[in-house]
Amino acid sequence: MIRVQNITKRFGNFPALHGIDLDIQPGEFIALLGPSGSGKTTLLRIIAGLEFQDAGQVLFNGEDVSERSVGERGVGFVFQHYALFRHMTVVENVAFGLNVRKRKDRPTKAEIKTSAEELLRLVQLEGLGKRFPGQLSGGQRQRVALARALAIEPKLLLLDEPFGALDAKVRKDLRRWLRDLHKRMGLTSVFVTHDQEEALELADRVVVMDHGRIEQVGTPEQIYMEPATPFVSYFVGETNRLPASNGTETLHIRPHDIEIVETDGKPVLVDNVFRKGGVWRIEGTLAGSDQIIEIDLPADRAAPEPGQSVHIRPARSKIFTTNANGVQP
Amino acid sequence: MNRTRSTTENRLTQASLIAAALAFLAFFLLLPLIAVFSEALEQGFGAFADAVNNPDALAAIRLTLLIAMISVPLNIVFGIAASWAITKFSFPGKSLLITLIDLPFSVSPVVSGLIFVLLFGAHGLLGPWLAEHDVKIIFAVPGIVLATVFITFPFVARELIPLMMEQGKDDEEAAVSLGANGWQTFWHVTLPNIRWGLLYGVLLCNARAMGEFGAVSVVSGHIRGETNTMPLHVEILYNEYDFVGAFAVASLLALLALVTLVARSVLEWRFDLHHEGARH
Amino acid sequence: MPTVSSRLKGHWRQPSVLPGFGLTFGLSLAWLTLIVLIPLATIFLKSAGMGWHDFVAVGFSDRALAAYRLSFGTAAAAGLVNAVFGLLVAWVLVRYAFPGKQVVSALVDLPFALPTAVAGIALTALYAPTGWIGQYLDPLGIKVAFTPLGIIVALVFIGLPFVVRSVEPVLADLGKEVEEASATLGASRFQTFTRVIFPAIGPALLTGFALAFARGVGEYGSVIFISGNMPGKTEIAPLLIVTQLEQYAYDGATAIATVMMLASFAILLLINWLQAASRGRAGA
Repeated sequence: MIRVQNITKRFGNFPALHGIDLDIQPGEFIALLGPSGSGKTTLLRIIAGLEFQDAGQVLFNGEDVSERSVGERGVGFVFQHYALFRHMTVVENVAFGLNVRKRKDRPTKAEIKTSAEELLRLVQLEGLGKRFPGQLSGGQRQRVALARALAIEPKLLLLDEPFGALDAKVRKDLRRWLRDLHKRMGLTSVFVTHDQEEALELADRVVVMDHGRIEQVGTPEQIYMEPATPFVSYFVGETNRLPASNGTETLHIRPHDIEIVETDGKPVLVDNVFRKGGVWRIEGTLAGSDQIIEIDLPADRAAPEPGQSVHIRPARSKIFTTNANGVQP
Repeated sequence: MNRTRSTTENRLTQASLIAAALAFLAFFLLLPLIAVFSEALEQGFGAFADAVNNPDALAAIRLTLLIAMISVPLNIVFGIAASWAITKFSFPGKSLLITLIDLPFSVSPVVSGLIFVLLFGAHGLLGPWLAEHDVKIIFAVPGIVLATVFITFPFVARELIPLMMEQGKDDEEAAVSLGANGWQTFWHVTLPNIRWGLLYGVLLCNARAMGEFGAVSVVSGHIRGETNTMPLHVEILYNEYDFVGAFAVASLLALLALVTLVARSVLEWRFDLHHEGARH
Repeated sequence: MPTVSSRLKGHWRQPSVLPGFGLTFGLSLAWLTLIVLIPLATIFLKSAGMGWHDFVAVGFSDRALAAYRLSFGTAAAAGLVNAVFGLLVAWVLVRYAFPGKQVVSALVDLPFALPTAVAGIALTALYAPTGWIGQYLDPLGIKVAFTPLGIIVALVFIGLPFVVRSVEPVLADLGKEVEEASATLGASRFQTFTRVIFPAIGPALLTGFALAFARGVGEYGSVIFISGNMPGKTEIAPLLIVTQLEQYAYDGATAIATVMMLASFAILLLINWLQAASRGRAGA
């Protein structure tokens, strides 16, 4: 069980994290999701021991590891740009963590070789052991990086935007593959991403972060369907934000939660209509304002024409109140 | 909190390494520099002034300046031409050309002088022809110029080529598409982009042109007052045990070196000449 | 109006958008040929014209061999010293912050900017038995001036910037991710240095060594004052060439110069090959 307690971190004058509290259960696959500058990578690195917090504790199974160096924490870390050792072969990379162990903890050469090869099989790269990182594709390199991190039998696997440097197609394949790997190994994993699709697809629970604070922790379903704050509602999935007439409230409605009705709805002037996957995406302007509205209509329905006017009604929505500081949600 | 980051050494190790590096530099680099000025002023400023203000020394200074004023502009023109040809066009044999430009660097200064003696000396390939036409190259100023041009040949080009390669051709192509001719493009577009690299190359070229010893020693004949450059004059004075004199002239050259270093620092700091990568 | 294909016919290179190729290429080639290639060719022409027997007699005489041993030996020794300390200096400049770092960085280039003769007399003044440093070493029996040790000291001075400037950019570009990865895998700082960092900068270090070595072999001005120039003992090869010239022994001078150039060339080729081999392994 990993517990992060009241972690605060500043870089010079820049406050990166404010009093972060988080519990991670054994075997969980947690996503830290947020825009750049949200502090998600900083939090990950503090858990790893690559950064040190200014205040607060990091506890592994009740034990405070805050004073321990990264090498002593037993974490496996996978970097966005792989960080493979270019002058070593693939198998030497994977075996590295075992080779640098102190003599008394080190397995024999033969055992190390076997472990490394087993891991290469696990990541489906058997046969490529003698190659150099420079000779592999991006997806292959990331799998080597993963095998290398797993070789030291970590208690915790940390991944920093692991697919960020890869092509879209490779990213999708590796995502699925990582999910399967986690199911098989059951290793507690935390990964950082700014791609909400990735977070929603892979994680057991998602931690949404913004400006150094946790906005919401929940399952992907909870985050998407029941956003706790305006930021979460806006950042995860697409949202239309409509100020209510009383001036202190804002309505958040997802494009697919808008119904087009014959009568008794708000009028919208249609500007543009195009196919988006299995739906019609209608872009329009709310009558009597500049407010842009995005509506998703199932493709089997007839789409309106640009220039037409349609009437809409929210099927589901969330109301957020302007907070005490006057910040519009 | 007393923790060390994972990517650096602990404070004690850092301090020791810094101390060791600084000690090495002070011992091997700084001390000789200080010695030059110290020895020059050992008998007071008067003796220093006398050593510099005599006809032979002044002739040496004049000759050194003359050599620099001829060879540096020549190599600037060549350097710019070569860099333009290499970085704005593609043609076979480009890397061979770049290697050839670097040749003078890999040749001993003495050999650099020797080749001109072999070519233009009294017993050299063109010796008889030159004697016939009463043209003196070796043991005269033209020989010194040639040897200096050879030695300083690569400096400007070596600075400009990587710089211009990195800058690419986009700006120039844009200018040409707008109707500029070659000279206009170079003058208004390329030159402003490369001016700091060019300046640095010129500084290095000049420092070497004024300070060259080995090659010039071979071709000059050491004729005091006529074919003595400042470095050669330093040697003559030293061999005559006129240490104050030797170090006095030497200190002028050392001052030039310091100016070059300061200028380089300023250029680097303000214009990031050498892209020294990420900092930790 | 010429079509593209008709313009390409008979051209040995791609036609270009930018003007000035003819002028600049022609000028460069002409200048290069006149100033560099023809003079250099003279050496080989003369050597070729010497006849094998004469060439060997002078080029490989006892005195010449002693000079080669001295020049190449001291250059290698100085190169090694510079490899170690140059790496140290580069490390400290890239990794650490300390007051006066800018000044120190500029100081590293001093040997590059200072005329060799000035360096030569300064070093001699320091290490002569009565010099600032020599006066302490002499009673200990350590003689620096007028011995090969003095030559090594001089070559360490002039070779240092080559190593530092070769290693610095590579070290700076290394990036900390790889070191962090090594730390997460449990390696100590020392292990990270020996297994990860050092192999990565090895090629640059080798290049720096090669440059310092090449410079050291041919160095003249900074060495002749401190070396004492005793034939067979402290006479460096370049000096031998000058001596031959002063005696109008052009053949001798040429032969020795040729041997030196060929040897340096061979060594540099070897080092280049070593680097290409290691680069090929790492798949760049």
